[in-house]
Amino acid sequence: MRLQLPNPGLEDRILSHEELDKLETEEAGSGDRPKWDNKTQYMLTCVGFCVGLGNVWRFPYLCQSHGGGAFMIPFLILLVLEGVPLLHLEFAIGQRLRKGSLGVWSTIHPYLAGVGIASMFVSLMISLYYNTIMAWVMWYLFNSFQETLPWSQCPLNYNLTGLVSECEQSSPVDYFWYRETLNSTPDIGENGGLQWWMVLCLVSAWAVLYICIIRGIETTGKAVYVTSTLPYVVLSIFLIRGLTLKGSLSGVVFLFTPNLTELTNPTTWLDAGAQVFYSFSIAFGGLISFSSYNSVHNNCEQDAVIISAVNGFTSVYAATVIYTIIGFRATERFDNCLGGNILVLLNTFDLPEGNVTESNYDQVLQSLNGTHPEVIQGLNLKTCDLNTFLSEGVEGTGLAFIVFTEAITKMPASPVWSVLFFIMLFCLGLSSMFGNIEGVLVPLQDLGVFPKSWPKESTTGITCVLCCIVGLIFVQGSGNYWLSLFDSYGGSIPLLIIAFCEMVGVVYLYGIDRFNDDIEFMIGHKPNLFWQITWRFVSPAIMLVIFVFYFITKVTETLLYKTWNPESENFPTLEEKPYPAWIYVIIFILAGIPSLAVPGTALFRLCCDLI
Amino acid sequence: MPSLTVPPGAPPILQSLTVPPGAPPILQSLAVTLERMLVRILVLLYLAGAPALAQTLCQPNASNGYRVRISIKTALGNQAYEWNENEMFLFRATMAFAMRRYYKTETYNVDNIIVCNQTRRVSFWFVVISPENPTMLIPKADVEKAVSMSRHRINNAFLLTDRTLEFLGIYPTLAEPVNPDTPPWLIVFGVVIGAVFAGIIALLVSSLLQKRRKEKGMMEDGQDEEDRQMKGVENGINLDGIYNRGFTDDDRFTKL
Repeated sequence: MRLQLPNPGLEDRILSHEELDKLETEEAGSGDRPKWDNKTQYMLTCVGFCVGLGNVWRFPYLCQSHGGGAFMIPFLILLVLEGVPLLHLEFAIGQRLRKGSLGVWSTIHPYLAGVGIASMFVSLMISLYYNTIMAWVMWYLFNSFQETLPWSQCPLNYNLTGLVSECEQSSPVDYFWYRETLNSTPDIGENGGLQWWMVLCLVSAWAVLYICIIRGIETTGKAVYVTSTLPYVVLSIFLIRGLTLKGSLSGVVFLFTPNLTELTNPTTWLDAGAQVFYSFSIAFGGLISFSSYNSVHNNCEQDAVIISAVNGFTSVYAATVIYTIIGFRATERFDNCLGGNILVLLNTFDLPEGNVTESNYDQVLQSLNGTHPEVIQGLNLKTCDLNTFLSEGVEGTGLAFIVFTEAITKMPASPVWSVLFFIMLFCLGLSSMFGNIEGVLVPLQDLGVFPKSWPKESTTGITCVLCCIVGLIFVQGSGNYWLSLFDSYGGSIPLLIIAFCEMVGVVYLYGIDRFNDDIEFMIGHKPNLFWQITWRFVSPAIMLVIFVFYFITKVTETLLYKTWNPESENFPTLEEKPYPAWIYVIIFILAGIPSLAVPGTALFRLCCDLI
Repeated sequence: MPSLTVPPGAPPILQSLTVPPGAPPILQSLAVTLERMLVRILVLLYLAGAPALAQTLCQPNASNGYRVRISIKTALGNQAYEWNENEMFLFRATMAFAMRRYYKTETYNVDNIIVCNQTRRVSFWFVVISPENPTMLIPKADVEKAVSMSRHRINNAFLLTDRTLEFLGIYPTLAEPVNPDTPPWLIVFGVVIGAVFAGIIALLVSSLLQKRRKEKGMMEDGQDEEDRQMKGVENGINLDGIYNRGFTDDDRFTKL
């Protein structure tokens, strides 16, 4: 006996199969609802939405820090058990009910409208800060059109006697990122004012986004031909370039060397699950919207499997490319470290050049230590270990804007590689932004926030302008701290709740029987046992486990954030500070309001019905 | 009669060796030979003493000397030349050139640059002595200024750079950064934003034109349009839960 919660009136709210078929033939001429020009546009848009910056700067770090090749095992298992079912579910329900996220959930049950509203809030918050990252990428892109990249050397100080001290103590790339790009304040409380150059870049990022979404999927569908395919081209170019650099293979070997003991660590599985979940951009509402523009008999099962496979492949491919470059950088640092030590030895003991090389460094050091121990002590030689340099694993903005940019300055013809890299990042982020904005625009339309008579161009324009203005928070001096706050709390917990509610809503409120029939109607055969088991038990269970652990981790951890403080003692290491008390209010707003929208809307509807 | 002219710079002892004019010839020739011997001895002493004198002037950690460190293999790799006496001669000549250039005089010579304490590392100390007074060393500050002024020429003579031909204590002057009038990024930004805004305006204008064309077309077959409008009348919000297609009607004006 299948568990099915009572859902009266469902039949009245949805189109029957016959009505859908009629719609299919009618819509071919009337163009009531936006439609994809061809299947390729739809696939490229979905791939672009799923494949984003996380594949490039989060997955390689996770892979390397959780046992290299062994991380593939939990990643692939959870991809199959969690990612693919959720994706298929969203595609199928969108294609069946032919509405955006808000419409779909309120159709399934009026009390579930909160899920749609929560999706909209989350998409809105993520759009706000995600486009700031695009602005940073554009800033670096604009600055790449110079012969000497500005982050390759420290600028001179005011009276031209030496280098700027902040730069000298840290490094040119750190200085360019924290000072010349962000102009970072040492504390989240000090807002430092708006940085005019970043305001210009933010405006240009929103302008480029606007021109791509100005007419909805009519323009987006054309833009994705470039934004979804260019990253693969650039990754391949970087792979070829990377493999010809010295030390690249040691990076790849380091990445994929399996350490099977990591599989016993529960954090590995949690991180794999979270990565699969966030990487698929589920629960944003964008995927439901996109698939609702498809024809009714589109094979959504095949699409889900293909897109999951492409997403997984891209993660691994990007990780390989990134680690060839990181291997090159680590080898370069190691050579410099060793070269520096050798030079110190040669100079102190007046040995002829070539006496001490990399191969006999250890022996020479030992013999010198035996004869002149106090001198060797006084020299303070650095220990140079390649593995330490390789495992200086960085993720997120640190990887793209500090580590990778430094590696690029060491490659010949750096401006070319810099331009290519930042164009790739820009395309990856822009295609994800299409989905984010879709998840904001369609619910706004459905809620009737904009009058129906307004053309689409003005609604998208107003949304972009408002988001740009609110996004000015992130281009202040303390903008970076606000961004990581939004990223940690706005984009994590609410999504897990929404996804769980989605699964429960479709399987138990809409009814798995009805859903199976719908899919049989749409693609010709009933979903097989794998889908049944995952939709009804496995995937919700995984979501619940991830949510509980995530929630516990977030709630119990002491809230610290890392700041760039030139006056701190351990400069250039980032100083960890506790958040001020008023931040807790902000965190509650970010994470609480979308999450509470789910039960809140249900209660509100209940009250309205009772009254 | 041998000329008993005593050179003006001769030590006083020689000057007192003048023989009175009325002296017998034997005495005169004796005086001459004695004088010659003395001169030779003095010259020999001078020549012997000069290096010794120079050596005492040039010492490691001398107050007016600089230490030079040369790393040829680092700079040139396979094309490294060997450091030998000829290269050292070139160094001394280049330093003399630097001193000449600084003081704008032609009195400096290779002999004025004294080198000592060579090591296998290829490092050594050097001092500069004044051409007028061989016992006087040129002060450190002046040597530094001279080296800084001709640093580029000195480096190029040896195919080395500031890092591989080091004068310990003299820091290379930092290159002046090239500051263009407009930052390059602003130019690229201008191009991009100009193109984007042009595209936006073009798209908006084209959709306005399409709208006007549609309106014209609509007025012509107004009857058909009215029928179609009647079908999807309800403009309720979706939250009511009843499926209605009213919200999509207005999208007809812009092709989505």
